[in-house]
Amino acid sequence: MPSIASSALLKHTREQALKMPEIVWADAELDEARGTSSLSSTTGRETRKMNTYQAIRDALSIALSTNDSAIVFGEDVAFGGVFRCTLGLAEEYGRERVFNTPLTEQGVVGFGIGYASMGSKLGNSTLGGRGMGGTAIAEVQFVDYIWPAFDQLLNEASKFRYRSGGQFNVGGLTVRCPTMAVGHGGLYHSQSPEGFFMGAGGLKVVIPRSPLQAKGLLLSSIRDPNPVVFMEPKVLYRSAVEQVPTSDYILPLGRAEILTTGSDLTVVTYGTSVYRCEQAIHLLTHPPEGTGIERTVRDALGDWRRSRKGQNTSSTPTIELIDLRTILPYDLPLVLRSLSKTHRLLIVHEGPTTGGVGMQIAGDVMSGFNTTSTTNESEEDVGRMRREAFLGLEAPVKVIGGWDTPGVALQYEKFYIPDEVRILDGLLEVLAY
Amino acid sequence: MSSLARLRFSRRVARPFIRTIQTTADTTQLQDSAHETEPFWVKIHEDSFQTYNCDKPELDVKMAADALYKAKMIRGFCHLAIGQEAVSVGLEHGITKNDKVITSYRCHPLAVLRGGTIQGVIGELLGRQIGMSRGKGGSMHIFTPSFFGGNGIVGAQVPLGAGIAFAQKYNEEATCTFAMYGDGAANQGQVFEAFNMAKLWDLPCVFVCENNKYGMGTSAERSSSNTQYFTRGDKIPGLQVNGMDIIAVKQGVEYARKWTVEDKKGPLLLEFVTYRYGGHSMSDPGTTYRTREEVQRMRSTQDPIRGLQRYIEEWGLASEQDLKQIDKDAKATVDTAVEEAKASPIPNTQDLWTDIYYAGTEPSFMRGREREEVHHY
Repeated sequence: MPSIASSALLKHTREQALKMPEIVWADAELDEARGTSSLSSTTGRETRKMNTYQAIRDALSIALSTNDSAIVFGEDVAFGGVFRCTLGLAEEYGRERVFNTPLTEQGVVGFGIGYASMGSKLGNSTLGGRGMGGTAIAEVQFVDYIWPAFDQLLNEASKFRYRSGGQFNVGGLTVRCPTMAVGHGGLYHSQSPEGFFMGAGGLKVVIPRSPLQAKGLLLSSIRDPNPVVFMEPKVLYRSAVEQVPTSDYILPLGRAEILTTGSDLTVVTYGTSVYRCEQAIHLLTHPPEGTGIERTVRDALGDWRRSRKGQNTSSTPTIELIDLRTILPYDLPLVLRSLSKTHRLLIVHEGPTTGGVGMQIAGDVMSGFNTTSTTNESEEDVGRMRREAFLGLEAPVKVIGGWDTPGVALQYEKFYIPDEVRILDGLLEVLAY
Repeated sequence: MSSLARLRFSRRVARPFIRTIQTTADTTQLQDSAHETEPFWVKIHEDSFQTYNCDKPELDVKMAADALYKAKMIRGFCHLAIGQEAVSVGLEHGITKNDKVITSYRCHPLAVLRGGTIQGVIGELLGRQIGMSRGKGGSMHIFTPSFFGGNGIVGAQVPLGAGIAFAQKYNEEATCTFAMYGDGAANQGQVFEAFNMAKLWDLPCVFVCENNKYGMGTSAERSSSNTQYFTRGDKIPGLQVNGMDIIAVKQGVEYARKWTVEDKKGPLLLEFVTYRYGGHSMSDPGTTYRTREEVQRMRSTQDPIRGLQRYIEEWGLASEQDLKQIDKDAKATVDTAVEEAKASPIPNTQDLWTDIYYAGTEPSFMRGREREEVHHY
């Protein structure tokens, strides 16, 4: 069974890394702007084996070196941060740009908003926009500590552009925070609060799944002229290792990615759960022989085959696995497109189920509320896709998330977090419905 | 003339008497003869200032008559800060155009003084397109390039002020930020968080507590264990200023600016002891938690505009006739502005869905009020 370390979803070779879909090279963009010939996407580019914290450190280093107004601050960041994401940055870029803050999340985020709202003359000039100046990269040590800053994020950051009629903005603000569980964090080091941000129009929320993704998405978030909350799955800091391009590149926000294509069931997830879904899919296709799992899978797939009268009854189901990447605003059209092919949808995340991202997606699929489209589809396209997706549903949309308990208590953590067995159970339930 | 503080303490006999700040509006004395075109000297009452770990500002002040005249112009259009005019006017005349100001929801006079227009403010209050935030912000959300707004959440603007000041220091600008809040907000945790960061990094930030004696309907004594707000910055020195005297305010602000910008001594806490005649907001009559007599007494004895008027008359800078004319002109200006604002249309419906994300980075469309209504970007 694949572990995070051996996951087929990670780019283990240079060639795979450089062929990452939708990657945008900063120097190629520059060449294009200058009208000179651009480097081809792969030749002459280097990759290096990095884990997630090294990739994030690399992104921060690029952000600091390419933008004089960029500052990195937070609790303990000057000596590397608790997860080593800012290791050596203070020495390299100066302690006036990379500095420790007091343990005051509300104050720190407010401070970052103030800095980002200040129309600095330095940096980011190509992005234009009044007030888009100070690039503030704040770190909240654990996302569990973001609540004192929730007021600042919702009432100041998300509304700044809107309530000033476009005169001011805090587009330069990025708040980084480790999220999700590692297995022994307990109530205050294991939460996944992204669901609470779903109604915060004006903010963006991004959660990467791997080192290569983290670097590209973090640089995108830092340069995006909107405030972004960037949540880093903390179990992946060391366990996910990938070949990461060493040069400056970005990956687009608002775009989900299809990791494996399939035609029978769509699984939407993000962050750490991506790997648990991969494991669950592996259990579905390769159930360990002679176990209860094998018998359960065999029975459920029998039901699934019987429900597909007239079709190839010997086949095994193929699963389309989607990484959402940007949680707010998210890529609804991609989900709908996949669903109109597979007719079955399972959403998996660690955060609480009620009021969570999964329920939001399920609601968007089924309700007539055209929320948004982050891509180029017209509303007619999305409307048509929703109709097709909804009318074609073969089973109710299933959401597997954390339980609606007050949190992730230490003793219950393995029970709380959707693991591969719970996800397999969900896959079978939706397939055999 | 009884000072505000004395008035209050006289009712609370059990409390030991401490020397408190002079808060009357007309304690500044002319030193030589005033002149309409040349600067002249005045002396501020020595009880206009109280200090905490810093020296008193100079009491001898060089004044120019035009500043006094200009100050008169803001009268009358703004209801919510009536009684507190000396703070905004004195502040604006004590700082430069490049300094930054961020304040709470009591923001109208500053919005005008910091480069806005009267029709822009009134238009914003009325929610019209002519409003300074195009009618999308409303009363609490008015901005200019050097004025980072009224902010609706009590105390939330204070850490922002520290961040703005950090940007000034980082960009090596010879400017500072005035982060303003009220005596009510002074008890917010994030205010102390901002104090700590500002002192830790010696940011050019002046924290301005506009102590108007009441946080909504609760008097300062009932909400704060220490009502000497200028002493609450711990290692940040503080200066308490008579906030009813425009000249004392101006002098206090200049002192603070010199402290942070020229002398690079880091942050300073500035408390203006002032008074709001009106209620906290339009829904508060302002008389349930204080007596009508108290308000009336403040109005008749300590009004900052009348105080200034008295200076101007006594020093012979203008006649009563001239002042009446200025008053009349100001009223006419405001009336015209009100009409202009009223004539402006309300914001376009589609603007409900704009300014959410930076243009070009937003979702390609958002749903409107019904299925057929779709907003494209």
